[in-house]
Amino acid sequence: MSLIPLTAPISREKLLSLRAGDRVSLSGVIYTARDAAHGRLCAALEAGQPLPVDLCNQTIFYAGPTPALEGKPVGAIGPTTSSRMDAYTPQLLGYGVNALIGKGGRNEAVCKALMEYGAVYFAAIGGCAAYMSACIEKCDVVAYDDLGTESIKRLVVKDLPLTVACDAHGGNAYEDGMKAYLAARE
Amino acid sequence: MHTLSLIDACDITRAVKELCIEACTRLPGQVVSLLENARQKETFAPARETLELISKNASIARQTGVPICQDTGMAVVFAYVGQDVHITGGLLYDAVNEGVRQGYIDGYLRKSVVGDPVRRGNTGDNTPAILHIRNVPGNTLRLVVSPKGFGSENMSRVAMLTPAQGLEGVKEFVIDTVRKAGSNPCPPMMLGVGIGGDFEQVAMLAKEALVFSQPHADPYYRALEEELLAAVNALGIGPQGFGGLTTALSLHIRTAPTHIAGLPVAVNVGCHVTRHAERILEGLPCTLNRKEDAPCL
Repeated sequence: MSLIPLTAPISREKLLSLRAGDRVSLSGVIYTARDAAHGRLCAALEAGQPLPVDLCNQTIFYAGPTPALEGKPVGAIGPTTSSRMDAYTPQLLGYGVNALIGKGGRNEAVCKALMEYGAVYFAAIGGCAAYMSACIEKCDVVAYDDLGTESIKRLVVKDLPLTVACDAHGGNAYEDGMKAYLAARE
Repeated sequence: MHTLSLIDACDITRAVKELCIEACTRLPGQVVSLLENARQKETFAPARETLELISKNASIARQTGVPICQDTGMAVVFAYVGQDVHITGGLLYDAVNEGVRQGYIDGYLRKSVVGDPVRRGNTGDNTPAILHIRNVPGNTLRLVVSPKGFGSENMSRVAMLTPAQGLEGVKEFVIDTVRKAGSNPCPPMMLGVGIGGDFEQVAMLAKEALVFSQPHADPYYRALEEELLAAVNALGIGPQGFGGLTTALSLHIRTAPTHIAGLPVAVNVGCHVTRHAERILEGLPCTLNRKEDAPCL
């Protein structure tokens, strides 16, 4: 299947054109944030405080890399299980984040919020972190340095292979994929 | 005269350090073969492509030394201490933890351990390890390091079934655990099932069934392993949860005697990066003079 080239930050128009199951190749700027950073970001939003980094219209990658080997921008990097971020995601989409990258299904509240805000959830292949490391051109810690691997990092990525898992129109590639396989098996 | 062996704590530290790095960068040959067999059998094109990328990633890791997965896990360490081994120069627990500390720092592995489960706070060196010490015959020390990622660990479950629920209850629980895990634990999964013992032993059985992935010695349970693997692969979850035949690469069972009132069952879920590395330390021979070997039983 041919890959749809995308540049992050991804425009609203482009996000709305994507459909569950589309394969994309993402280049540009994205930000890492996982459990601990999500806790802090949402606590800041609830307290009415500014976020340490402007994430409006930006893409969040649920990832905590290994330390970089000499001369490399980053070590092994890949998605962590997205469902742990479900509790925080609708709030962050409401704030203005418009694309998410992780692995595994999302709950109903997240899927509804994606539709409400015109956002997209992409899946990266889990456990392919040596391969994905080569897609990262630059990595800088931009917030919560004390969290170590869980700090927020600004990544410059090139040709990161992703699948549209949940689109802005209610499409879900996990449900569709399983159905398609089971139908083909019959 | 009786031959003991002396093993220096520093040698244990060095071995654990090297095993942490080896396990995180070199997928065991058994898993590589399981992935290759799965790819050949997979008829669903997207699933086959995913399996190809997973295998490619494992070879990149082996060639470059970049970890296979960014979740280099909590270090689960099994120490099989021969009864005739004496450890010198420090405590086994400390030697293992120092090895984990050095392995995760010098090996550029991720530090994924928090010191307190509720108040959190990264320990910064991936210690403490989860150390299982076993007393075994002989005068060698066998160390097995199995870094465990938590995307899959979080999907593991224990159930205290009743005897009336029987074999059907066990099957239902295993299949339901995989169904609920779905796309979360980075399928294709590897599965360790424990049956019997008590609350904590059944979890240990499941862990060992997963780490060592050996068929059960009893043909009854080998048949059950095959039946359950076929059943979970009929669910259609597939690689990464996008549909396919390969939901699990392997399923193994370990069993133990249990109480007349119980039927504990546990499923330890592993991802396609279920890793371990092992080494046997010989130590220095040392002779112990004893008056006599009088039988005490």
